[in-house]
Amino acid sequence: MTFDQKDVAITVKELSLQYAAKQALMDISLQIPENKVTAFIGPSGCGKSTLLRCFNRMNDLIDICKVQGEIIIDKQDIYHKSVNVADLRRKVGMVFQRPNPFPKSIYENVAYGLRLQGVKNRLLLDEVVEKSLRDAALWDEVKDRLDENALALSGGQQQRLVIARAIAIEPEILLLDEPASALDPTSTLKIEELIYELKQTYTIVIVTHNMQQAGRVSDYTAFMDTGKMVEFSETRTIFTNPKDRQTEDYITGRYG
Amino acid sequence: MNILSKLTSWFNSGIPWVWLNAAAVSVSLIMVFGLLGLIAYNGLGHFWPASLMEAELVDGQNKTVLIGEIREIKTVPAQQIRDSGIELPKETQWVNRLLIKQGNRDIYGLDFRRVLERDVMNIQYPKELVVIERREWGNLYGRLIGLKENDQIIQVDEPYNEALSRLETVLELHQQAKNISVNDIGAINYNIEKLRLKEKKLHLEHYSIAADLLSQKRLHIEEQRQSLNQTFIQLQTKIQTLNEKMSSDVILIRLASDQTIEVPLENIVQIYKPNDMSTVQKITHYLHQFWSFISDEPREANTEGGIFPAIFGTVLMVIIMSVMVTPLGVIAAIYLHEYATQGTLVRIIRIAVNNLAGVPSIVYGVFGLGFFVYFIGGSIDDLFYPEASPAPVYGTPGLLWASITLALLTLPVVIITTEEGLSRIPSAIREGSLALGATKIETLWHTVLPMVTPAMFTGLILAVARAAGEVAPLMLVGVVKLAPALALDSNYPFLHLERKFMHLGFHIYDVGFQSPNVEAARPLVYATALLLVLVIIILNFTAIVVRNRLREKYKGLEG
Repeated sequence: MTFDQKDVAITVKELSLQYAAKQALMDISLQIPENKVTAFIGPSGCGKSTLLRCFNRMNDLIDICKVQGEIIIDKQDIYHKSVNVADLRRKVGMVFQRPNPFPKSIYENVAYGLRLQGVKNRLLLDEVVEKSLRDAALWDEVKDRLDENALALSGGQQQRLVIARAIAIEPEILLLDEPASALDPTSTLKIEELIYELKQTYTIVIVTHNMQQAGRVSDYTAFMDTGKMVEFSETRTIFTNPKDRQTEDYITGRYG
Repeated sequence: MNILSKLTSWFNSGIPWVWLNAAAVSVSLIMVFGLLGLIAYNGLGHFWPASLMEAELVDGQNKTVLIGEIREIKTVPAQQIRDSGIELPKETQWVNRLLIKQGNRDIYGLDFRRVLERDVMNIQYPKELVVIERREWGNLYGRLIGLKENDQIIQVDEPYNEALSRLETVLELHQQAKNISVNDIGAINYNIEKLRLKEKKLHLEHYSIAADLLSQKRLHIEEQRQSLNQTFIQLQTKIQTLNEKMSSDVILIRLASDQTIEVPLENIVQIYKPNDMSTVQKITHYLHQFWSFISDEPREANTEGGIFPAIFGTVLMVIIMSVMVTPLGVIAAIYLHEYATQGTLVRIIRIAVNNLAGVPSIVYGVFGLGFFVYFIGGSIDDLFYPEASPAPVYGTPGLLWASITLALLTLPVVIITTEEGLSRIPSAIREGSLALGATKIETLWHTVLPMVTPAMFTGLILAVARAAGEVAPLMLVGVVKLAPALALDSNYPFLHLERKFMHLGFHIYDVGFQSPNVEAARPLVYATALLLVLVIIILNFTAIVVRNRLREKYKGLEG
């Protein structure tokens, strides 16, 4: 599946990744469209999270990890040695499986990224914190207790706070690594609504185990298995008319 | 068989283990409180105004009158007494022996006396007996019978009250004189010594300075010295006047032996009548005595007076040590845990650090003496204080070296606990920060380090507990029996790290084992030990309170 070049946010070319002797990703190529939600689905250990973590080079933290191939964001290969990883991560935000707010106040959590960039103006910070929390649909719940410790929030609120923290620095791309897997159904619903809102502004890539969720929130879906990209297509097509037998089995629950 | 199966099921129920654990905890608690209780009982009793008894002492045909405090009644085997040459009836197996503090060391030669209970007759507690605590020669017991001013007996109805009111004035004057001699004259001496060194330095550098400049500088020094000397003479006259005023009053004391002696008021710390005190008065007296013990300087080879310099030295040394060991240990731990490549070398370093924690403290003392004092201190003297030679400035044991030696001693503890703290931080938190575009050092600084502070404080608490109780290495690198001046005073630069200092732990050893007056010193040993424990508890408690507040802040993480 190909897109018009100007609509592409991330281009992956022949990407392979190794953890020591284990081949985690094999020769993956795909294009992720701008301002759409792209979902990665596949069985556990298929490499979908690993692929996601390549987009902001989170895999760099693991010493034994080796990457080959190219990932192009904004016309630049992000694995080129001239790339500043911190700048890349500012452009490509990430939300993790388990909510991981810092043990600071709600306000400071959201302002963290801006403070790193040296923003000291209190008015500007106030403004961004409010806007981000509103965008993350959390403002009404926390506006009276911004100075409280973020760890006092519920799991669902924490996850929305983490999203607010990620969008406060206005990234272009937002990576969501199973963002609702640790949450209850109500919170999951809220996160899904939020994803729908956010795709107006951001390119979103989401990893999920939940078929229904992928079907509900995404525009495009990629099915992966054992480190390989099996099928990538519009979500509707993949769910109603998969080309690959493996994909069909997985979606209909016959997999395994 | 039945019993056996019952026993097995009782064993498997876990109840015996609960009992065993509870027993272990109880034993620990009993030991801790027993220890503290024993020290407190023996140490704190010392400050209570003991009743003064007057009794007749029979020694063969002679009868003498004795005034003193009964300190101890001990039952000893009669044979032991017979062996020392005293005759006892054949049927006696045990006799009671009293330990009496008779005071008046200048007259009797000994403070304490052991007598057999059967020799003591007719014990009474007359209200008029006074205790006179003197600056020298210890306590004096007797009856106050009159006052003299400039060798003239003055007639008053109540010599005791008159003596008290006069003593108050004299103590006031004494305090003034002491302030002048310690603070003002101390400052002058300090400055004169500085001038002397300056002059000597000029002399050493004379070849590199133009001749007229040199003489000008010398002249300047001479002027300053003269002005200092003038102030010194003025102050001395002032002290002399104060001394004259103080020395005019004398009280007359009749001793147990009917002998009358004169005691100048200027030699007296306080006078009181222990047998004539109400309970409230005794409590007030007790608190006052305890306060003087904490806040005064020692007298009479540390066996009397207070222990303030030792408390001060202990606390100051621990604080300086903490200031040095915490940053160093934390930085080392961060490097080992965050930056160093985890391999054989780091593992070896870690093992070495762990082993350092087990090296006996005296070895650190020897190392501190050889490396810090002689090598580094000696080099500092050669480079920066050539004018002071041959007297060393830093090349001799002192507060700085003691603090550094103890910092080295406690460094492993801080490194180990901080590293443990670092490894407890969930990687999700680091990733969260990195994902927001923070660099590694920014993540460390803004997120990881604040979360490690409770662990750092744990390390500091352990370090303080170890350092405050350490004595052996300190004897080599800076602690002395009696320090002439505190390390902190009003003379620039205020904190004198090169000075020697006193320490509670060493004070216990010195008073307990090096003192000429063992009986008198024994309660002080307990009281000092109690204070040492208290100081450590207070230091630790402060750190624990701070740590718990920090923990509260990051509570969600540890749950």
